[in-house]
Amino acid sequence: MSALIIDAVSWALLASGSFLVVVGALGLIRMPDFYTRMHAAGITDTLGADLILAGLMVQAGFSLVTIKLLLIGAFLFFTLPTSTHAIASAALTAGLKPRVIEDAAAGNGSTAPKEDG
Amino acid sequence: MFTATMAALLAAMILALARLYVGPTLYDRVLAANAFGTKTVLLIGVMGFLTGRPDFLDISLLYALLNFIGTIAVLKFFRYRTLGDRVEPSGDGQ
Repeated sequence: MSALIIDAVSWALLASGSFLVVVGALGLIRMPDFYTRMHAAGITDTLGADLILAGLMVQAGFSLVTIKLLLIGAFLFFTLPTSTHAIASAALTAGLKPRVIEDAAAGNGSTAPKEDG
Repeated sequence: MFTATMAALLAAMILALARLYVGPTLYDRVLAANAFGTKTVLLIGVMGFLTGRPDFLDISLLYALLNFIGTIAVLKFFRYRTLGDRVEPSGDGQ
């Protein structure tokens, strides 16, 4: 009985994590602009990775494996937003402009409000 | 269930590879490489559980560390055009 509950919880966590990872990858493909792609990939990957690791943690029980999973989860939890922020900051510093609504409407018009790169 | 998770991760990795191939700018490619590395970490961990050898988590932890360092190193290289001791904030952009 308890094994069934553990399997159910672990399966739910793994399934939701896999769903988030696939959604993030789809956003990485389908979004129209670099910054929107970064938004899709960066946000969903953090939660998806930690959900998958939590599902593995439930499956492993209390052992050294859980400690390693906790280490990986904590590390990903801090480094994924950091590297996403670093990529965004580097792109903005290099002068890559975000695509705004006036651009999309007027066919790459000249009134981009983020001129200060 | 581990097999389903591995299939989802592999699909996400293929999509990230496609973005890495067609990405119009350099930063798209760096972002796709970063996402690919994250999914590699998860894939190695899940594969360890699938084959009943959770020792793979050590390799997974190593990949997590290397992925972050690699992303920061690539960004720093394309900003300053060097990885070493020249630290003046380059005036020539890019």
